[in-house]
Amino acid sequence: MKIKWKKWTSDYGLFVLVVIGFVAIWEWIVQAGGVPSFILPSPSSIWEALLKNKDLLFGVHLPATFWEVLIGFGISLIGGLLFGVGMHFFRTLEKILYPFLVISQTVPLIAISPIFILWFGYTIWSKVAVTFLIAFFPIVVSTYDGLKAGGDEYRELLRTMGAGRWMVFKKVQVPMALPSILSGLKMSVVYSVTGATIGEWLGASEGLGYFSRRMSGNLQADSVFAAIFLLSLMGIILFLFIRLIEKRLLKNLARGR
Amino acid sequence: MRGAIGLFSSSMLAINELTYAFQGTAPIFENINLRVAPGEFVSVIGPSGSGKSTLFKLITGLLAPDKGEIGINGEISGERLGKVGYMPQKDLLLPWRTVLDNVMLPLEVEGKKGNLAEIHEWFSRFGLKGYENAFPDELSGGMRQRAAFLRTIMTGKELLLLDEPFGALDAMTKRNMHTWLLGLWEDLQKTVLFITHDLEEAILLSDRIYLLGDAHVREWKVNLPRPRNSDQIYQPEFIELRKELERLIHHEN
Repeated sequence: MKIKWKKWTSDYGLFVLVVIGFVAIWEWIVQAGGVPSFILPSPSSIWEALLKNKDLLFGVHLPATFWEVLIGFGISLIGGLLFGVGMHFFRTLEKILYPFLVISQTVPLIAISPIFILWFGYTIWSKVAVTFLIAFFPIVVSTYDGLKAGGDEYRELLRTMGAGRWMVFKKVQVPMALPSILSGLKMSVVYSVTGATIGEWLGASEGLGYFSRRMSGNLQADSVFAAIFLLSLMGIILFLFIRLIEKRLLKNLARGR
Repeated sequence: MRGAIGLFSSSMLAINELTYAFQGTAPIFENINLRVAPGEFVSVIGPSGSGKSTLFKLITGLLAPDKGEIGINGEISGERLGKVGYMPQKDLLLPWRTVLDNVMLPLEVEGKKGNLAEIHEWFSRFGLKGYENAFPDELSGGMRQRAAFLRTIMTGKELLLLDEPFGALDAMTKRNMHTWLLGLWEDLQKTVLFITHDLEEAILLSDRIYLLGDAHVREWKVNLPRPRNSDQIYQPEFIELRKELERLIHHEN
């Protein structure tokens, strides 16, 4: 227990100290009247806004955004893995798809979001669509690149043992690609929160993005910051969740690298 | 060419009039012939770039010859992948698998269940006892090489192709491996084709040596009785053989 605590402090102690210092200075500057509170609210007033709106935030907006993120990320995960693996196995698919993938990332989101609203209305699916568009890309690319990277010598060795394509894929390529895929997932899950938030800005009736935008219209900076705080907290927790999975999966995979 | 057929079918490995070139370059092999009889230990030596590893890739079936035939155990045509035990230059142990799981890989690929008691017996003979659940990065260079060799044995194939298995080892470890391999091979009853650039090693281990160079091969018999041991390299006969082989190589160039 003691060793664990020691490791934790050596890993994160400095970060926690800096955060505490930063928040303290922030609070002090605002309290001292350096910055007007509608520009930059003090941490304590953000906390108060969070408590004041807690029923609305935790009862309505947080769950709404969370579902958008979860569904958007889930579809991105399934679609990303399928397309990444598919492109790896079929050259033609890769040739057709890769340009589209790149285009999908260069089209300005703001420009196509009206189309999503047109198609899906103000339902959850317009937000899921925006999330998917952002979160899908890192998974496809990391899966495809991970499967392609290296391992040629291992592949030849397995082929001399009589292994077919599927066997090589299973025994060598997937384990070798996993670190890359998981990096992609970590990026993607954070992007999912961004995607859902942007989706809500463009048209929604609930969610933390919607809430923060409405509050910003009312010049209630403390409430805006409270929503931002919850959004980043959600991103951090989801990120840590993927990292936990990563640590379990890569316990032995990380050897020899 | 008809007369060669009898020889062809009794060979563990028979290469007939093989020609191979990488795209757009001069051929590295031109009409080469090569035979390995069952139970023989044959070395292939040659300067780097003479195509030693390419020869192995052709035999394993990873590459297809431009011209000529390669027969394994009397089978001339058809798929060669999965017919020989191939040990590449690097040990290529999968770093995320335990030594046991690495060694079992050929069985997994063929969808077979190994006899665990038998495999543990192999681990002792290969000096790997107690390391079944260790990971490759926990082994020394010599042990990794032995593990890779054991994996090759586990393919259960009659013909083993060993591509410079001791090339990366230090001199001391290498000598120990020679002693160990000589002892092992005596009762292993396998046919071995062995790539090396170490003349001493080639003479000590082999029945015959093929010299590769200028797209051709030359055969040289090692007149040294068996059983052998690694101390023989200091005997005058051995040194004489070595000189003879060196002369042959220089003459060729």
